[in-house]
Amino acid sequence: MEAFLAVMARELRLAARRRAEWALPLVFYAVVATLFALGASPNAPWLKVAGPSILWVGALLAALLSLERLFRGDYDDGTLEQFFVSPQPVSLLVAGKLLAQWLVIGLPLTLLAPVLGIAFGMGAELTGVLVLSLGLGLPALVLLAGFASALVVGLPRTGVLLPVLVLPLVCPVVIFGAGAVRAAEGGAPAGAPLYFLGAILVLCVCGVPLAAAAALKNALD
Amino acid sequence: MTALLSFQNLAIGRGDHVLLRDLAGTVGAGEILHIRGANGVGKTSLLEVLCGLRDAEQGEVTRAFEPQACHWIGHRNALHPALTPYENLRFWCALQGAPADGIRGALRGFDLARVADQPCRQLSAGQKRRAALARLAVARRGVWFLDEPLSGLDDAGIQYWLALLQGHQQQGGAAVITSHQALPAQLPGLRALHLS
Amino acid sequence: MTWIPNWMHRLASPPAFYAFAGRLQPWLWGASAALLGYGLVGGLALAPADYQQGEGFRIIYVHVPAAWMSLFIYTVMAGAAVIALVWRIKLAECVLTSCAPVGASFTALALVSGMLWGKPMWGTFWTWSDPRLVSELILLFLYVGISGLQQAITDPRAAARACALLAVVGFVNVPIVHYSVEWWNTLHQGPTITKFDKPSIHVSMLWPLLSAALGFTTFFAGVLLQRVQNELLWRERGNPWVKEAIA
Repeated sequence: MEAFLAVMARELRLAARRRAEWALPLVFYAVVATLFALGASPNAPWLKVAGPSILWVGALLAALLSLERLFRGDYDDGTLEQFFVSPQPVSLLVAGKLLAQWLVIGLPLTLLAPVLGIAFGMGAELTGVLVLSLGLGLPALVLLAGFASALVVGLPRTGVLLPVLVLPLVCPVVIFGAGAVRAAEGGAPAGAPLYFLGAILVLCVCGVPLAAAAALKNALD
Repeated sequence: MTALLSFQNLAIGRGDHVLLRDLAGTVGAGEILHIRGANGVGKTSLLEVLCGLRDAEQGEVTRAFEPQACHWIGHRNALHPALTPYENLRFWCALQGAPADGIRGALRGFDLARVADQPCRQLSAGQKRRAALARLAVARRGVWFLDEPLSGLDDAGIQYWLALLQGHQQQGGAAVITSHQALPAQLPGLRALHLS
Repeated sequence: MTWIPNWMHRLASPPAFYAFAGRLQPWLWGASAALLGYGLVGGLALAPADYQQGEGFRIIYVHVPAAWMSLFIYTVMAGAAVIALVWRIKLAECVLTSCAPVGASFTALALVSGMLWGKPMWGTFWTWSDPRLVSELILLFLYVGISGLQQAITDPRAAARACALLAVVGFVNVPIVHYSVEWWNTLHQGPTITKFDKPSIHVSMLWPLLSAALGFTTFFAGVLLQRVQNELLWRERGNPWVKEAIA
């Protein structure tokens, strides 16, 4: 547990020292949402309809782009080797790192979403569902993106490979996440998709740290 | 003398290639195994296998010590450039379950007291190497696995490290070291393993 | 590993498998040609036209087996992935990396034939309201991702093991994707396009379909063995048995 907390504390300390790391994804998110609005005619009715989908995909891309180098620095400077000679299970250390990444990147995006939601004409109730769905969906996304970045950690340049690996895996998260908001919009109960998101999150929390640790081990071999 | 580490019939591969075959040896208390050989012959891979970081292609490694009773210091320093040497070592202590109270003293020993609270990216290559090796003094551990420990070190650094190594031997510790530089021949218990 | 039968153990060694695959292949090609011949002639020419769908239904003799293969190959690949991860058998690594491009091709074939079928039946090439079509598209993305990962990592063993992990995670993902896409469609408010329910299919239509499906399977087995042979030759290129095999 001490090692888990130490990994988290290190990530948070680094984030506090390099503010661009968590501030830029927020700016990116806002710019993407703005570009969607600019691509439509002013106040086009479909923007309101497409709002949940735009806000979800925007948050997803913002999180994904900032997670590409997640394990890269640790791989290059040898910290990853120290993970593997530690008496702690590597999956636990990886989990600590991913939890910290969610706090640094996922949580701010979740909190920015309602502000952007106003621009897409979302009412208070819809905004609540949006925040809930992002709150359940983005941690799963951070985990899956962490797994994918562990797969490609040894590569000098990954380019669009990481999104190509992650996006098919996160389709259900997007469907249920944006779907919860659209269900609420249509007056249907949003409980079912939120429960599904929760189930996917539990599955990811249980499985992904193990898979990511195996991927890191493979990259070190 | 009991063997802390022994290996037989060891084959080491990288990818689909087998680099080394039929390696055998033992390392007992107070002994130093110096792995030598040309670049690319597989010294680091062998060290990783002996430490347990990598699986052997074939053969067995027997370790008569707990996994947390050894030091691994690779050719990369495991220092984050944005953190100070002190912070890096404290993180390492938490990771390895070692007490953190010896860090300042260890850094002072390697003459890093002045830069202990500067981000590592401002340190010279030799200073970073010293900070990495300071781990050896932070926590006392039975077996050391060191990959090119002397690269970038100046004479004073090498002398201090040798003194640490001899103290380690006297306490019954063992070490497996890859290094291009020759280790002083008067070191007791020094044996060389030439790879080709 | 004592519970693994002895012959399997021997077969997992690259030279033994190489020879075995070489002996098996002619039989597979022959069976595939016969089964596909009967299936396609029976389906495309002999079977009566469907009373609802007319002649257009005949595309199912390609589409259904291709869609079936896309899932079957993914299952084979995930099975090989588990074996490669647990027992570190090189043969399993080769099987898994050989499956990905073949599976991607069958998935693409299923998608294209599905779209061609959709045009006369639904009046449109593509609809987001058929969960099977959308799932198939996401399956294609998964296949492409695995192939891309394999291309990107230069060390063949590291590449195969990374692909194995991705394949296993993807395998868990496939049913979730399918279910989520189905749920997504229940949200759809617009007029749903009527799907033709699977009616009890007439025997004269069924036999050619089954034969085509088996023909595709044997074809896949032949292609897979050929690819695995190539992969083994490449990865074992330093070993003496390779020189003998290609002499």
